[in-house]
Amino acid sequence: MSNSNYSDTWKKPPFIVNPVLRWLIYVGSLVYFALAIGTMEINWTRVAEGLPRGLTLLSKFFPPNLADSRGVIVDGILESIWMAIISTIGGIILSVPIGLGAARNLSPKWVYLFCRSIIGVSRTFPEIILAIFAVKFFGFGPFAGFVALSIGTIGFFAKLLAEDIENMSKSQAEAVKVTGSSWLQWVNYSVQPQVMPRMIGLSLYRLDINFRESAVVGIVGAGGIGAHLLTSVQRYEYDTTATILISIIIIVIALEYTSGYLRKWVQ
Amino acid sequence: MLRLENVSKRYKTGDLALKNVSLEIPNGQVIALIGPSGAGKSTLIRCVNRLVDATEGKIQLGDTEITSLSSGELRKARRRMGMIFQEYALVERLTVMENVLSGRLGYVNFWQSLFRKFPKKDVKEAYRLLDRVGLMHMADKRADELSGGQRQRVGICRALIQDPEMLLVDEPTASLDPKTSRQIMRLINELCAERGLAAIINIHDVLLAQMFSQRIVGLKEGIIVYDGPPDGLTPEVLTEIYGEEDWEATIEDVDEEDDAPLVEVLK
Repeated sequence: MSNSNYSDTWKKPPFIVNPVLRWLIYVGSLVYFALAIGTMEINWTRVAEGLPRGLTLLSKFFPPNLADSRGVIVDGILESIWMAIISTIGGIILSVPIGLGAARNLSPKWVYLFCRSIIGVSRTFPEIILAIFAVKFFGFGPFAGFVALSIGTIGFFAKLLAEDIENMSKSQAEAVKVTGSSWLQWVNYSVQPQVMPRMIGLSLYRLDINFRESAVVGIVGAGGIGAHLLTSVQRYEYDTTATILISIIIIVIALEYTSGYLRKWVQ
Repeated sequence: MLRLENVSKRYKTGDLALKNVSLEIPNGQVIALIGPSGAGKSTLIRCVNRLVDATEGKIQLGDTEITSLSSGELRKARRRMGMIFQEYALVERLTVMENVLSGRLGYVNFWQSLFRKFPKKDVKEAYRLLDRVGLMHMADKRADELSGGQRQRVGICRALIQDPEMLLVDEPTASLDPKTSRQIMRLINELCAERGLAAIINIHDVLLAQMFSQRIVGLKEGIIVYDGPPDGLTPEVLTEIYGEEDWEATIEDVDEEDDAPLVEVLK
């Protein structure tokens, strides 16, 4: 037998084969990280002063003021919920055709590029910036928030829909195509069933995001609870701030549980 | 009658999958297409229903020249050709009934299909076919709840409800056990005989090919190297198609004894 000269050690081949390049990247990353920390100029005395100040601030949050004397919190929360729901629905309605167009395996090249650029533009701007423009265009109030969140939803939903369509089973799609179906029938019978569960999960997730974002866009005047949140902080009414934050947390957690449950149910 | 005239297919990668293939299949004839992987069997049947477009040559079904159809005419022509797939290609999240009825998509309008309001005679025919293959009780189950053999039977129903003139069958038994493979091949054969359908069956299993077809076509590297009766498959011919191997054990008497009657099979 000739098994005597087999090696008895083995090492996993390195991810980056060239050793010079490999070590350059390792050392380079470390140096960059060290330099980056250096530029931050952490002032430890300020950190030391700030921490107890933060604790005093936090203590002013308690007990939360549940009285809601001006009645604005309930209104603001309801407006935020309403904004989140409408903008999620509106955004998804706009997203479906764009998502279909942005799937490479469904659309001709020019439609694909056009829809991808819409998604790209929508993803470039965070909701807060979209909201600033929406407030400039349509004035203060929840309508501006609705517009901003709907546009934000397109960038999220259409992109993920398109990617899910691109990953669908090709043979199921072919099988429906060769029955002589039209394009719409084909989408309804082979594409939709394959992407539906994920789409439902994503809609609920987006509803969750839109609710949280509605608190943010309120700060620039686009309706919802955000404006009240900002006002309460500026007036040093931290007990009211606490109530608002707790309400937001409760609603987000409730949405989280509902969406988890629904996702399991549709799969 | 299906007629292929000097059909060639070159893929974008430059591979020449079919080289000047000419083939004529009279009405009602079941042929088995055998050959090694990559010989162009799938490409050939996909050229017929234009899942793949032939680069050169003509394909005619009856009086229709398939290779030059517009997309609307192609949809009409596809109704005349049922296709049965290798991995069943059922839309897994649709019910068995929806999968079968999807074979009628070329005949109904979009709204009928969207609301699942198929004409009464289509629904009746779907039930009749499901009963014929022994899956009547499965109509409302989701397709992914079925076993491999059951799925393929649903695939057969979907192809037959198109009321086609011919069947294109791509490796129908590739993922089935030997017994189920025989049952499926026998079922396809019986149904073709009942309805006078022609069929091209791509198949790897030489023995099954001999048992269940009237004519065998051997394809090698895109060229037809054998076209004749099942019992003409001598070791020399198989070597010509597949290359050198001990073929004696593969070749059987064509009059294979009938195992399990169909009724029992369908449990």
